[in-house]
Amino acid sequence: MVAIVDYGVGNLFSLEQSLNAIGGRPTVTADPEVLKKADQIILPGVGAFEDAAKKLRSSGLDQVLRELAAAGKPLMGICLGMQMLFEKSYEYGEHEGLGLIPGQVVGMQGVIPADYKIPHIGWNALIFKKASPLFKYIREGDCVYFVHSYYATDCDDAVIATAEYGPELTAAVARGNVMGCQFHPEKSGTVGLAILRAFLEMKEGSVC
Amino acid sequence: MITKRIIPCLDVKDGRVVKGVNFGGLKDVSSPVALAEFYSQCGADELVFYDITASSDGRKLFTDILVETAKRVFIPLTVGGGINTVADFDRVLKCGADKVSVNSGAIRDPDLVYEAAKLYGDQCVVLSADIKRVDGQFRVFAKGGREDTGMEAISWIRRCVDNGAGEIVVNSIDTDGVKGGFDLEMLEAVCDAVNVPVIASGGAGKIDDFITLFQRLPKVDAGLAASIFHFGEVSIRDLKAEMVSANIPTRSL
Repeated sequence: MVAIVDYGVGNLFSLEQSLNAIGGRPTVTADPEVLKKADQIILPGVGAFEDAAKKLRSSGLDQVLRELAAAGKPLMGICLGMQMLFEKSYEYGEHEGLGLIPGQVVGMQGVIPADYKIPHIGWNALIFKKASPLFKYIREGDCVYFVHSYYATDCDDAVIATAEYGPELTAAVARGNVMGCQFHPEKSGTVGLAILRAFLEMKEGSVC
Repeated sequence: MITKRIIPCLDVKDGRVVKGVNFGGLKDVSSPVALAEFYSQCGADELVFYDITASSDGRKLFTDILVETAKRVFIPLTVGGGINTVADFDRVLKCGADKVSVNSGAIRDPDLVYEAAKLYGDQCVVLSADIKRVDGQFRVFAKGGREDTGMEAISWIRRCVDNGAGEIVVNSIDTDGVKGGFDLEMLEAVCDAVNVPVIASGGAGKIDDFITLFQRLPKVDAGLAASIFHFGEVSIRDLKAEMVSANIPTRSL
């Protein structure tokens, strides 16, 4: 069973349906006991970093996720959920994340060319930086759907894929059993479903 | 590199696709769910469902269709038609929509864009503007293009972007249905005025019209059309193959 962490951030309907479509039997939950029993955990998220981080902390789920990640449970963050994996975000101030992957989340303003639009929205091609079991069913150059205004930086060791938007922006990261996608696999057609399928094949302790 | 999007638009009334569809290989051509699946398989980058139902029964049918579509189609889904309040946003987002398009609702209540963007984020709010030239001016029309609001279109669009509209659909009434190509002059004026994605609508009659659009106006992000896709006059597969040949950044399947 794959668990989707329900911490009151964003709409989980599409993510749930995409996992159903690949036979994933997802459970949407905020219960630490259910999370412990899950084979994999997905941390979703849409909206503002500060609000999401507060909700994770006030529910105590931040600690639960840190413990489960340390125990080797496959954990994947999506979009804002990926950004939450890092140490810090500078979205409207300075906020602490889960600190599971070294690096920080910053705005695109001043980094991308002035005539590029913010948010980075639409289908963009993946540029592979490292081999990853997450990509076992897809190819470099496959397009995925992005919607974001902030991106992860200072995390070179963990970057497994980027997308070109002026400079190359972090598109996917992995550090052992903890990984994340800046794009939305649940909205990225067959390529996105293939990424989710690869994630559901990961088992506790088997990811390196 | 970010790719140019091709977006088919489906008008839905009482649970069926309105304009009728003329396809080989589709059993129930008036089912929005089947059509959405078909377009997604052909390489559509996004879908727009436009609800033209007036009755509450029809509304219920529409949200049922959204749910069914979201179970089978995993590309972005924008919903428009009858969006007048934040509660309308909530209703369709819960059923699987990713973005919500507002038109007359934003004209009636200028705070709607701001309120919705604050609640759901700018990326969720699409402003759809029906624009027609009147006395040498781009004018915003309401009620499906029947009523001249008297408002100048570029300043209206700029105001909505300032209030949080994250994308603009520019529907030219002047070129709509003519099939002589997109309204490049109008689109250029909008692209020069705002820095959010601009979606061109109205006027496409053949593949070349999309190629011309993206080559002449690199700032346009997407091309939207309805009947030419439904009647098979333009196949999305062929269109995307032509875009690739013309070196336009395109998502290939």
